Amino acid sequence: MSASYPDYPIPAPALDAQPFWDGTALGKLLLKRCTDCGETHYYPRAICPYCFSSATEWYEATGRGTIYSFSVMRRAPVPYVIAYVRLEEGVTMMTNIIDCDFDTLAIDDAVKVVFHPIKGGFSLPLFTPA
Amino acid sequence: MGRACKAYIAGAFEHPTRHAVDQSVAQLHAEVARGALADAGLSKDDVDGYFCAGDAPGLGGLSMVEYMGLDVRYVDSTDTGGSAYVVHLGHAAEAIAAGKCSVALITLAGRPRAAAKATLPDYDNDTPDTAFETPFNQMIVNNYAMAAMRHRHEFATTAEQLAWIKVAASHHAQHNEHAMLRKVVTVEDVVNSPMISDPLHRLDCCVVSDGGGAIVMVSPEIAKSLGDRCVKVMGQGEAVKTTNRGQVDLTFTAGVKSGAIAFEEAGLTPADIDMVTIYDSFTITVLITLEDLGFCEKGQGGRFVSDGNLISGVGKLPFNTDGGGLCNNHPSNRGSMTKIIEAVRQLRGEAHPRVQVPDCTFALAHGSGGLISTRLCSATAILGRNDA
Ligand SMILES: [Zn+2]
Repeated sequence: MSASYPDYPIPAPALDAQPFWDGTALGKLLLKRCTDCGETHYYPRAICPYCFSSATEWYEATGRGTIYSFSVMRRAPVPYVIAYVRLEEGVTMMTNIIDCDFDTLAIDDAVKVVFHPIKGGFSLPLFTPA
Repeated sequence: MGRACKAYIAGAFEHPTRHAVDQSVAQLHAEVARGALADAGLSKDDVDGYFCAGDAPGLGGLSMVEYMGLDVRYVDSTDTGGSAYVVHLGHAAEAIAAGKCSVALITLAGRPRAAAKATLPDYDNDTPDTAFETPFNQMIVNNYAMAAMRHRHEFATTAEQLAWIKVAASHHAQHNEHAMLRKVVTVEDVVNSPMISDPLHRLDCCVVSDGGGAIVMVSPEIAKSLGDRCVKVMGQGEAVKTTNRGQVDLTFTAGVKSGAIAFEEAGLTPADIDMVTIYDSFTITVLITLEDLGFCEKGQGGRFVSDGNLISGVGKLPFNTDGGGLCNNHPSNRGSMTKIIEAVRQLRGEAHPRVQVPDCTFALAHGSGGLISTRLCSATAILGRNDA
């Protein structure tokens, strides 16, 4: 087991992504989808990057997914895992994997979201083995 | 004579310093400009087009136009990170062909080593992607490491195969008196060096160095007057790959597109290329790029680079014969200018005799700018010897 990396930079969200961070602070992982073309995209935007519609809406993800890729950053004060997790909703997000044995992690492992409070009232969507 | 082309590279210069303790960034830009113009046999007053990227101080190219006392009628400060200079090469060729300028100067310089910084640029909250990446302690190395990890997963690419890329670079760097790392290393040296971010070891990573480089591009008419050291620009392509709306695929880069565009413009195929210079921020960058450019099938990069296949005089495809960013030089953390310069040396027959590719007719120079696992601009240039 390894501790999570203790020092997380505070997000600097663009205005149209603020609801994502309002959601994580409440323990919800919110995604954006387009009500015109139906596609979910990531990271969340005001304008659909598939069809350019402005009819995009927030919805709550299940918080479950699998590891698409990852790397254990060894050259750090405390080693940590950066990863891309592919969510059940079909989009892939950058995150950290925490509360796990770094040496047995593998691509395709099932993971679930956990919300990790940091400075500034933010809560980060991190993942842990499901 | 030979094939027609839009523009030529008439001058090229790589700054000899690797640690610019006493020189300003503007001074370094001017020094490489002076070197490239002298190499071309041109003067500062011949320059009517200036190209630079974000490493140049001040707004766009304005501060450097002023510092160097230029009088230009064409300026382009497109910044795509480390690939910017291969992008500029293409833009300059177009500008020259359109008659917008006839002598284009492209400069790169910086002193990250003396200033002790090799980090991602600072972003503010107007940059839409940063909030979704920076908080997770994304660094340059672990961004590239995720691509390497995925490549290993899909294609069983090994640490030893990646190591061969560094081994080849070190074989070339031993002959370069300016190279930062001249010691020849083995596969074992690489895989036994400290793990930085799985699966990338310390020796899978490029150097941090100061310095810079410049090229001077000219119209065919001017090239004719300058003699046979002028190198032909046969084709160029550029393309951007992103996280694709959340459909992330780390197994390829925009080199798939930029390479295809450049080869089509040149009327050539990978089989015609005698040597390559490929931006080598990390070993994985080279491996994926070689696949993307069509030098081998996707997924076969590990096998392709093994057993010295990239070593000049040994393998089929000599690469980065100056030692590249892995061993020679990585000025301003931007690798594609030095790639153009070494390709020019090879096409002039002016590379070090121990790494010179015999009868080198066509060379490919490739830059990657940004970050391989998020947003990357790939740019490919195909260059030809004066008589190609
Ligand atoms: Zn849409």
